[in-house]
Order: sequence, then structure tokens, then C-alpha cells
Amino acid sequence: MNHPLVENYFRIDKFPHIWCPGCGHGIIMASIARAIEKLGLDKDKVCVVSGIGCSSRAPGYMDFNTLHTTHGRALAFATGVKLANPELEVIVISGDGDLSAIGGNHLIHAARRNIGLTTICFNNNIYGMTGGQYSPTTPTHDKGTTAPYGNIDKPFDITQLAIGAGATYAAKTTVYHVNQMDKFIESAIKHKGFSLVEAISICPTYYGRKNKKGSVVDMMTFLKDSFVDHKVAEKLPAEKKEGKFLMGEFINKIEPEYTELYDGIIESLKK
Amino acid sequence: MADNRENLTIHIKEDWCKGCGICIAFCPKQVLGFNENGKVTMLDRENCIKCGMCQLRCPDFAIFLGGKE
Repeated sequence: MNHPLVENYFRIDKFPHIWCPGCGHGIIMASIARAIEKLGLDKDKVCVVSGIGCSSRAPGYMDFNTLHTTHGRALAFATGVKLANPELEVIVISGDGDLSAIGGNHLIHAARRNIGLTTICFNNNIYGMTGGQYSPTTPTHDKGTTAPYGNIDKPFDITQLAIGAGATYAAKTTVYHVNQMDKFIESAIKHKGFSLVEAISICPTYYGRKNKKGSVVDMMTFLKDSFVDHKVAEKLPAEKKEGKFLMGEFINKIEPEYTELYDGIIESLKK
Repeated sequence: MADNRENLTIHIKEDWCKGCGICIAFCPKQVLGFNENGKVTMLDRENCIKCGMCQLRCPDFAIFLGGKE
């Protein structure tokens, strides 16, 4: 007997997957499949697009229309897929480095256009696949193979970056808060317009080991203890907010969607 | 997940388990543990409440609620 999700939504011959023991990416991948199941989407009407990196291995396991593209360009390919087939639910899976460094420009412009793509960022704060180089989301002072004495950069907040660029749905959650993650991914897929869910993952192999974060369970416990919903945080006294990170749904609004505007232009010229 | 959990039980696919211990640590009833191979095993089936949190947090699709065989 197999996991019911695997039977219905995954390419079973590709399992067990390649991710390290305790890597959070499998939790997010399962959450995406559960959201699709809950929404009752037709598998042939879903297209999952990824770039390069640990996270971007996910579409190889997922039994939908899938596209594994070049580094950072998942959103660019996905924009093409969506414009050619606006009826498809296009889901982009991208890592923190793929989405905010190599593909940073694609991210801000996809958000600015409010094109109907759902982007799920698997954020593990490091470039895992290539050996633990620091990424744009590695916290200041943390170590990577390219920052052996500590990172001096300020990290990006990908959720806030997307909101600043014009995303109409943006939420942040973690692999510990898995029920919340299911809900956010479901809302993001349903959302008309550009949506982003930043799922904070864990990388015990590179980020955890380099930064002495302890075991897989220690890293999960850290997520449990240090993330607070932003609506809850508003009511907390300042001392209780110290060292905490904010999660939750940060924006959810309706604005004209790009492919609809594009189709509008085509229709108007037919007259 | 099915609403009626009476006929469900925890299944473990040992070949896929990588022994990360997430399900064991965050099981609200502490009914799971490691076996001699360092993989997850059910220690106390009686007290399992079939909440499915192990299934939700397993990164490897190795533990899940399924029908009784």
C-alpha cells in the first residue's frame, strides 16, 4: 500500500525522492498536492513549472503537466505557458536563490503584471544543491561555504519584495505549520492574479550543519517557536516580539489579471 | 483526510523512511519511535488517535493513514 497522495498525484516510480533526510521540501510538495486535491482540479489542467535547485526537482515527481526549466527562469517560462493557455492553473516552484537572485527580475515583473501564476517559494536560506553557498535569504552573520566568516549581506524578505512589486496575494508560512500551509497554497491557487506563498523550509545538510542549528527536530522546533502570525504579533508587547519572525497572509486583493487584459485587447481589435 | 477514521490505521513504508525523526518528535501522543534500522516504527498502536500529523509532516511520504488490511 502507498501513501494515497502518491498514488493519485505523483510519479511513483521516481520514489523515494532525492532530498536529504529531514529536508523540508517534501513537506511542501505534499502540501501542494493536497491543495490541488482539495480544489478538485483536473490534473491535465495543471502545469507545474520549476527552475534549478533542490526545490526545482519537485516537478520531476509530480504527475501533472510539468516543466523543468533553466536557472531562475521558471516564471519566464510560466508566463509563456499562461499566456498561451490561460485556462491552465500554472504553479511555479522555485527556491529562494532561484526566485530572488537568478530570477529576481522575473519575480518583480510577474508580480507587477499581476499575471495569474501561483508561485510557491521553497525557502531554505541556502543554495543546497551546489554545496551550501549563501543565498539572498541567508540571515546576516550566518555562514555558508562562500561566507566562512559569516554573511555580511542583509537578507531579502521575499514575501515583502513580491508585495512591493505588486503581487495581489502573498503569504508566508513554514514546514512546521503545515495545516496553515495547506490553506495558503489553496487560497493562492484559487486567487486570480499573481500569488506567492513563501514556505520556509529546512536544510539540515548544509544550512543546519554550517550554522550549528542542531538536528532536524531542533530546526523544526525553531520554526515552531520563532514564527508568529503577524495579526497575533500586532497585539504582543515589544519584548515578546524580539527575535520572532512574522508569517501569515500579508495581502489578498483583487486587481485586473494580465491574461484577461491581454485577451481584452485581442477582442477589442476584432471588432 | 477521511472524516471517518475508525477503519484507518497508520501504515509505514520503511523503504522510503530516511529516519529524520520529525513524525516521532511531533506526534501529540508520542506513539512512534525508531526501530533497530533507525527508521520509524509504531510503538503504541492502542493510543494512536489517528490525527494524521505524522503524515502531514513526513517529507518522504513514508507514513500515512490508510485502510486496515
